[in-house]
Amino acid sequence: MSKVVSELKYSAEHEWVAADGAGPVGIGISAVAADALGDIVYVDLPEVGSTVTAGETCGEVESTKSVSDLYAPVTGEVTEVNDGVVADPALINSDPYGAGWLFKVAVTEEGPLMSAEEYATANGGEL
Amino acid sequence: MTENYTALYDQHKKAGASFTDFGGWQMPLKYTSELAEHHAVRNAAGLFDLSHMGEVWVSGPDAGAFLDYALAGKLSAIAVGKAKYSVICDADGGIIDDLISYRRGEEKYLVVPNAGNATKVAAALAERAANFDVAVEDVSAETSLIAVQGPNAEAILLQLVPAEQHALVTGLKYYAAAEVGIAVDGAVHTLLLARTGYTGEDGFEIYAPNDDAAGLWEALLDAGAAHGLIPAGLACRDSLRLEAGMPLYGNELTLRVNAYSAGLGPVVSLAKESDFVGKEALAAIKAAGVGSTMGQKLVGLKGLGRRAARGHYPVLKDGTLVGEVTSGQPSPTLGYPVAMAYVDVEYSEVGTVLDVDLRGKAERFEVVALPFYKRSK
Repeated sequence: MSKVVSELKYSAEHEWVAADGAGPVGIGISAVAADALGDIVYVDLPEVGSTVTAGETCGEVESTKSVSDLYAPVTGEVTEVNDGVVADPALINSDPYGAGWLFKVAVTEEGPLMSAEEYATANGGEL
Repeated sequence: MTENYTALYDQHKKAGASFTDFGGWQMPLKYTSELAEHHAVRNAAGLFDLSHMGEVWVSGPDAGAFLDYALAGKLSAIAVGKAKYSVICDADGGIIDDLISYRRGEEKYLVVPNAGNATKVAAALAERAANFDVAVEDVSAETSLIAVQGPNAEAILLQLVPAEQHALVTGLKYYAAAEVGIAVDGAVHTLLLARTGYTGEDGFEIYAPNDDAAGLWEALLDAGAAHGLIPAGLACRDSLRLEAGMPLYGNELTLRVNAYSAGLGPVVSLAKESDFVGKEALAAIKAAGVGSTMGQKLVGLKGLGRRAARGHYPVLKDGTLVGEVTSGQPSPTLGYPVAMAYVDVEYSEVGTVLDVDLRGKAERFEVVALPFYKRSK
């Protein structure tokens, strides 16, 4: 079963948010979503300096089999994007909570987020 | 619809497959990674469970004449031991299914329709048989089909075939089939081996009774381990056939398209003396120039950007709708997006640049000749 990392928070649209409060937070997609998408071959991320709004689309993730919108789990300014994952989107499959992170946001407001336990229960992940 | 399971369902579960519904069957979508499985078939070998496909025996003194009437091709003309790709049409020339027929004797053919169409095809064949001295027998439920596809397929298979029959396998031509002894569970079983496939690679398809399926599957996995063989799911089967420019029923082929628009004109034998179902309609369609001078035709599209087109996306020229994508995805072998689409004939010329509406954003695609991928011999 797909792994769910307990230190992170999760949106209903399968984005994870690094839970620490200080400074911009890292955002990625869960292993549950990465596994469901299949081999990811293309990722379109918001630009540094742009503002994303919790619950709204801010990019897309494309696998060999399907394409899925990326929803911002928080509101705020994008401070950094992971160029490594743009160059090698397979990192999202191989290391979704590490090298496969997507972008960082200076959060002004959080969207509705779940704990790892809640997310795993709702989506069949494994803590 | 009730869900069907192949005789290999337990093997797939054990191997950790994720499943998908395909034509009413629970089939393995992938085991690990569809990209890894795709590359294995291109570079080494992949093992596919295709037991969802149908198998219908047609036998009797009129077998050849009957298939000439029931299908669009001239099946009576193929030699015993050979196979032919054909379509079965309705009276309007619409495509009920595309299928392969193997001639197994002077008066005996094995017809292989797609999973989702097997019942429909068997019924159409039975109905069309009324005035012919033939028996139509649907053995789909009792028959498993396992494919070994990829450049190492022959070497893998030979390990399970007695030495005195090796020449039968190595000498088997593309689109030919033979009864060959294959070691299953320590005993040699005589099974129907065909050199056919849906991947664009060399490979074999083996028809076996359900009781032999699990043993054959395990034997092939063991024999293939040293040759890079891995089990491969329907996800990579789709990307492999798309690269090879092969149509998928339900995507490129439907009741609403005809063989000429679909680029299958050569499989329709208007020249055969006998009548066949759809002949009159197809003759009129061809005479009108559908797919050549009017209407739409199926083309290959190569993405000029990185984003892939998907089924049902609109194809545009200068903002005007000129077609629709039938299949599309990033090509794992070629590294760029590929798609097939029906477009207005005037925009079907190779080299034409069209836009595909990718969820609101236009992306440029160029019309290219099919197939996208052709293996080096």
